[in-house]
Amino acid sequence: MSSSITAVPAEAVRSARWRRATEEPVWLKRSLIGLALAFLGLFLVLPLLVVLYSAFSQGLHAWAMAVTEPDALAAIRLTLLVVAIAVPANLVFGVATAWAVAKFEFRGKSVLISIIDMPFAISPVVVGLIFVVMFGSQGWLGPWLSAHDLKVLYAVPGIVIVVVFGTLPFIARELIPLMQQQGKEEEEASLTLGASGWKTFWYVTLPNIKWGLIYGVILCNARAMGEFGAVAVVSGRIRGETNTLPLHIEVLYNEYQFTAAFAVSSLLTGLALITIVIKSLVEWHDERRARRAAH
Amino acid sequence: MSIEIDHVNKRFGDFTAIDNVSLTFNDGELTALLGPSGSGKTTLLRVIAGLEQPDNGRIRFHGEDATDLHVSKRSVGFVFQHYALFKHMSVFENVAYGLRVKPRGQRPDKAVIRDKVMTLLSLVQLDWTAHRYPHQLSGGQRQRIALARALAVEPKVLLLDEPFGALDAKVRAELRRWLRRLHDDIHVTSVFVTHDQEEALEVSDRVVVMNQGRVEQDGAPERIYDYPANPFVYRFLGNVNLFHARIHNGVARIGDVALEAPEFAGYRDAPGEAYVRPHDIEVFADRHHSGALHARIELVSRVGPTVRLELRTDESAHVVHAELSRHRFQELGLVQGGEAWIRPAHSRVFLPDTELAAG
Ligand SMILES: Nc1ncnc2c1ncn2[C@@H]1O[C@H](COP(=O)(O)OP(=O)(O)OP(=O)(O)O)[C@@H](O)[C@H]1O
Ligand SMILES: [Mg+2]
Repeated sequence: MSSSITAVPAEAVRSARWRRATEEPVWLKRSLIGLALAFLGLFLVLPLLVVLYSAFSQGLHAWAMAVTEPDALAAIRLTLLVVAIAVPANLVFGVATAWAVAKFEFRGKSVLISIIDMPFAISPVVVGLIFVVMFGSQGWLGPWLSAHDLKVLYAVPGIVIVVVFGTLPFIARELIPLMQQQGKEEEEASLTLGASGWKTFWYVTLPNIKWGLIYGVILCNARAMGEFGAVAVVSGRIRGETNTLPLHIEVLYNEYQFTAAFAVSSLLTGLALITIVIKSLVEWHDERRARRAAH
Repeated sequence: MSIEIDHVNKRFGDFTAIDNVSLTFNDGELTALLGPSGSGKTTLLRVIAGLEQPDNGRIRFHGEDATDLHVSKRSVGFVFQHYALFKHMSVFENVAYGLRVKPRGQRPDKAVIRDKVMTLLSLVQLDWTAHRYPHQLSGGQRQRIALARALAVEPKVLLLDEPFGALDAKVRAELRRWLRRLHDDIHVTSVFVTHDQEEALEVSDRVVVMNQGRVEQDGAPERIYDYPANPFVYRFLGNVNLFHARIHNGVARIGDVALEAPEFAGYRDAPGEAYVRPHDIEVFADRHHSGALHARIELVSRVGPTVRLELRTDESAHVVHAELSRHRFQELGLVQGGEAWIRPAHSRVFLPDTELAAG
């Protein structure tokens, strides 16, 4: 017994020394933090302020005129429509994929996991071009579509498709590790207690993935609103018709309507800020829950 | 309700987890499923519950085929090794779950559910935890909540996968006696998995010993312990000494010691293996009249009321373990490093490396 009593202080002394040995000098710590803050200030905060300053530089009235002008309203409507379709589509795909990957064994699972990331790896412009090749009048499906009087390219369906494609990985990526880590014991317990598959999903699976799901939706939402490259290719940029907010801003900018461009930008920026706030809240909640669960 | 397992096979890829198992669990019996890690105990339990589909063979509940019945329709209570409580629900909600998810027509009303849950919680002596969450409970408490949750739907069969596996020795011993009493009260056909032989022998009506997906032996605990069907079961149920013997005309000889082995009456000078439990080794301080083996005492260790000896006989290369009471030990006046004579009082003889279903 006595050996363990003397071992405690020895251990403590050793770890204290190690801690000192692994700690960096104060000047290094300060300059690293300073560098990070300066970087953030220069590349994030400053541009944000510029956007807001320029948006309101001609006064509140000019800002209001710019965002309520018919083309701007059309762009806002279109953007919201795209988000309203893309996010739920993503939700269904994400949950289904994560469920399949985490709870079942099947052939080609690892292939599925790696191709989920593809939309992130490919440049948005290329994504747009892929769909032009598929749906364009010279493309694979073009003749069939025009024969049935369906318009995909240079219309809302095309925009929705590229946005859905571009945002596909968000929710699945968020849920797969979460669901894998949770395993399927709780679901199995629910089934043995007589619950149907649907009730099990609703009362057991969903509450367990709720916060991951919300987080995924927020990220997906942000990306769906801001998507530019692919939309620019497939939308045909028809003013007041197929321009989403980012495209509308570019049009205004190219026409030297700087104040209007920044005014509309401030809308997107505002939405982004709200998203970040919600995201932080979710993260904070998540962390608290994880800490609680760890006890 | 009885459970009948009829020639069930289960493979994972080319690995056979359950190898042609046939078993019947009688109505109201508490059976222990015992076996080393990886022997297929959990898999068998999952097949019974419907969480795993057998490759072939049938499962019958009370004579009725249940092989293709969905898990949720089987009325089995399953207590998982790691509890599997619903993390986001309070203890009350966990236990009430099975009642609340019933289809509207069969669902009891709120007050009935409340009464039932509270009754169950007092049955497992945890009514004061109703508003807590699973993470605020100890392992043993979670285990009992998991049991209460399984009992809430009045299952016809209760399956427990290493119910006390994750707990310390003292809590385990308490909980298994408690389980025994509970079983005596409610009398639901129960099967519990364990790899602790003491646990199996202490609380069950019946023990099934499994190894590599097969049933090695099946019977009452005393019978399994006293008459193991084969060397595997012998080794698995507690410590055992192995002596090399020669079998001749129904007698197995180890040096000067002659052991009756009537089942080998027809054998002449065949090699055999005699299995003897440590407490079945008689120890003497001087040469015994009816033949004993001379040995040297290499180690003496006192464990509570018993004394364990490690002895080495003249001819044997490996150590013989013997166990005797402290009282007897003092009476004999044995000392570490001293001499002793030993004789197996009760033994079982097997032919080396053959399976022998002798009783
Ligand atoms: N889903 C699965 N996929 C592949 N192999 C499996 C699967 N489930 C079980 N096995 C294998 O089947 C064998 C039996 O497993 P099982 O879980 O039934 O053992 P066990 O007797 O419960 O062991 P333990 O005492 O360690 O819990 C093991 O070798 C295991 O690796
Ligand atoms: Mg197991």
